Amino acid sequence: MSSRAHADRSTAPLQSPSQTVPGWLLAAVPLVLLQPLLTHIATHVARSRPELFARLGPHTDKLFLIDPIDLPFVLLLRPNAARPYLQARRRFERPRHDATIAGTFLNLVNMIDGSLDGDALFFSRDLRVGGDTEAVVALRNALDDFEGSAFDAIVSAFGPLSAPLRLVVSSLRGMRKRKRHE
Amino acid sequence: MNNGGYTRPQLVCPAGTPAALRTAVEAGADAVYCGLQNATNARNFPGLNFTPAELEAAIAYAHARAAKVLLAVNTFPRAGQFALWREAVDLGARLGIDALIVADLGVADYAARTYPALRLHLSVQAGASSPEAIRFYCEEFGVKRVVLPRILTVAEIADIHRQIPCEIETFVFGNHGLMAEGRCSLSAYATGLSTNMDGACSPAADVHYEEDAARNLTTKLGPFVIDRFACNENAGYPTICKGRYLTDARNEAYYAFEEPVTLNLAGLLPDLMRAGVTALKVEGRQRSRAYVRAVVSAFRKAVDDILAGGEASLASLLALTEGQRETEGAYRSKTWR
Amino acid sequence: MGDRAVELTLGPVLFNWPADQWRDFYFRIADEAPVTTVYLGEVICSKRAPLFASHYEEVVERLSARGKTVVFSMLSEVALNLDRKLVDSVCASEDHLIEANDASALPRLQGRPHHIGPFMNVYNERSVAVLARGGAQNFCLPVEMPARTIRALCAGTPDLDATFEVLVFGRMPLALSARCYHARAHGRTKDTCQFVCEKDPDGLELRTLNGQPFLAVNGIQTLSYDFLNLIDRLQELQEIGVSRFRLSPHGCDMVRVATTFRGVLDGTLTAAQAAAALTGLNLPGPFSNGFYNGKPCPAGAILAHVKDAES
Repeated sequence: MSSRAHADRSTAPLQSPSQTVPGWLLAAVPLVLLQPLLTHIATHVARSRPELFARLGPHTDKLFLIDPIDLPFVLLLRPNAARPYLQARRRFERPRHDATIAGTFLNLVNMIDGSLDGDALFFSRDLRVGGDTEAVVALRNALDDFEGSAFDAIVSAFGPLSAPLRLVVSSLRGMRKRKRHE
Repeated sequence: MNNGGYTRPQLVCPAGTPAALRTAVEAGADAVYCGLQNATNARNFPGLNFTPAELEAAIAYAHARAAKVLLAVNTFPRAGQFALWREAVDLGARLGIDALIVADLGVADYAARTYPALRLHLSVQAGASSPEAIRFYCEEFGVKRVVLPRILTVAEIADIHRQIPCEIETFVFGNHGLMAEGRCSLSAYATGLSTNMDGACSPAADVHYEEDAARNLTTKLGPFVIDRFACNENAGYPTICKGRYLTDARNEAYYAFEEPVTLNLAGLLPDLMRAGVTALKVEGRQRSRAYVRAVVSAFRKAVDDILAGGEASLASLLALTEGQRETEGAYRSKTWR
Repeated sequence: MGDRAVELTLGPVLFNWPADQWRDFYFRIADEAPVTTVYLGEVICSKRAPLFASHYEEVVERLSARGKTVVFSMLSEVALNLDRKLVDSVCASEDHLIEANDASALPRLQGRPHHIGPFMNVYNERSVAVLARGGAQNFCLPVEMPARTIRALCAGTPDLDATFEVLVFGRMPLALSARCYHARAHGRTKDTCQFVCEKDPDGLELRTLNGQPFLAVNGIQTLSYDFLNLIDRLQELQEIGVSRFRLSPHGCDMVRVATTFRGVLDGTLTAAQAAAALTGLNLPGPFSNGFYNGKPCPAGAILAHVKDAES
């Protein structure tokens, strides 16, 4: 066989809880408190970056279940520019959806941000995709064309809180990098 | 300048979105290829490709940075629908693309007769794998460059180079389709959408991932199971030519065509450059900016190192490869066949 | 449309049959099969071509003596020097019509009447015009072209002085590769194959991991598991503008297949009678109507009328 196998490089199973997520995120945040913030993010992104939605074509009315597996909640997203919808739900609620994207919080952030390749995460089993694959591919491609950083656009929705949030994420990335090099 | 004894090859890089195009140019691409948001190109995927306005802006961006933009109009029009391909050619010519990548005889004929000054590249989808076939396209349509199918050894490429009147472009990295390009109806057989006519192999709408509680992943295309991965096994796209099957000639399921692997010819770059290859092509218009940045930067550095007379020190691209495995495919040895 | 003589043709044998059996097959076709044109030649693997070389002369003689037109089909994939030499040597003969299956043959055929085979990508009016300009006078269309596209192509080429041919019987050719999958299945490579493809006269079947029959491997070629059978669409195809119908040879009784198709074309058999006549051929896969309606049915979906005839 001419190909060089590297089967031993596979990563840890998806379920193993990440050790890099700080306690305050894992704590049972009352979702009621989170919701105004999420609604604010959704409307802010829809208003400031409408071009994101053009690429989605017929998929703007699909419901995406985004599952940051190391957080105590999942997100339901309908990327519709006119009626943006982003809601946090408890995982056990199993809300109705068209497609699922699941991965660690940091992997999801890095993918949205354009610093990690979604296909590579899928190949290494660090990203799980289910349901309407076409909708997932459309969303992935739309996010990937986001001018600058999609994550920055989200973070900027936090106004005065943007700076501390950026700090948290960059320290998360730092921890992940150190962990990799151990 | 002796360039280490080599002629400087062009690095031709993929862009599925304007952001990816800018990323490729920043990472050192000499030329970027892209397509429109319809069946006229072979990566007709949801959310991908360029609107006419985006293409116009992309050309301006690239040209301002001395990079070329190639437009892939490299599918085969269905009878009765030629107008869509004609419009794509017209648009490319009007916006000042640097070359048109074509596969269909009719599209090549239209472009050559309507825009004789427009540079034509023969797409890998045309499957021109012999000097005779390539010469036919050169003589009929004035093709200036052929993108060779991924079925030849480097020695065979060098041999072809001596016998044709046009430039050669070869793939150096990316998805490694096993079937002769432009001559595969497997995906069409499973989905009803033709790779040749509709521009998508394994269209996402027909792809299904099913994962059980133990994280065993079953990948399906249309009604067919293409592969199944244990929880600790790296996965691949559900493309038929990279699936696992059962047959009476074997006791166990096996990759009947090829394992999920990615082509990586980094180790063969000096040989390819010696073989007379004008342009080195990276596959992956369907991949992300992160992929484009990593692959283009690595190959830019490798080519520059070789030209400077050094060794190509290659940053590992393995993490970006399918199944996290790479291959030199047909290029190094005939035993691949 | 529809005013041309309707012809039944026999495509090239795609599989590696024992040479004597291959010769006897063509002798019987010459003597008994109601086909007007027989396509002859190795289209899959240049390594196989010498196996049949000694029989060509007698086969061509017998076919011609029985009034069949012989057309030499060229290799479908031409890359190696061996492939190129084969194409060159066949094209050098001016005695017979040649069917090109790859652009490699085209420079040798320009300005001389020739056929275009189903392995060439001819999907639209302008491609047909380009090739007709060079002397092409018959086009056997790619197997993945659905009826609606064939209709558009025929309608869009009204002044064409050439004929359209469509595959109507046999496993559907789906893909070509440089790699030999027969050799691979047996742990060998193309160079060390020892002609292991001879084990499978209709191809080596591949099943999915859940046991669903899917494909058939024939050297570097991949075919469908199911057998295309458009016997109930011949009338419709004629109305569209197709005048030649191709049968692809298999290990079954091809004389019976040809006689049945001819019967339907002549109006001496109804579709139901024909379907009944085609059951019991002992094919290693079910019938299907392939890409006719665009999306193929999964293998295992048997044409309704065939099922009826069986029950």
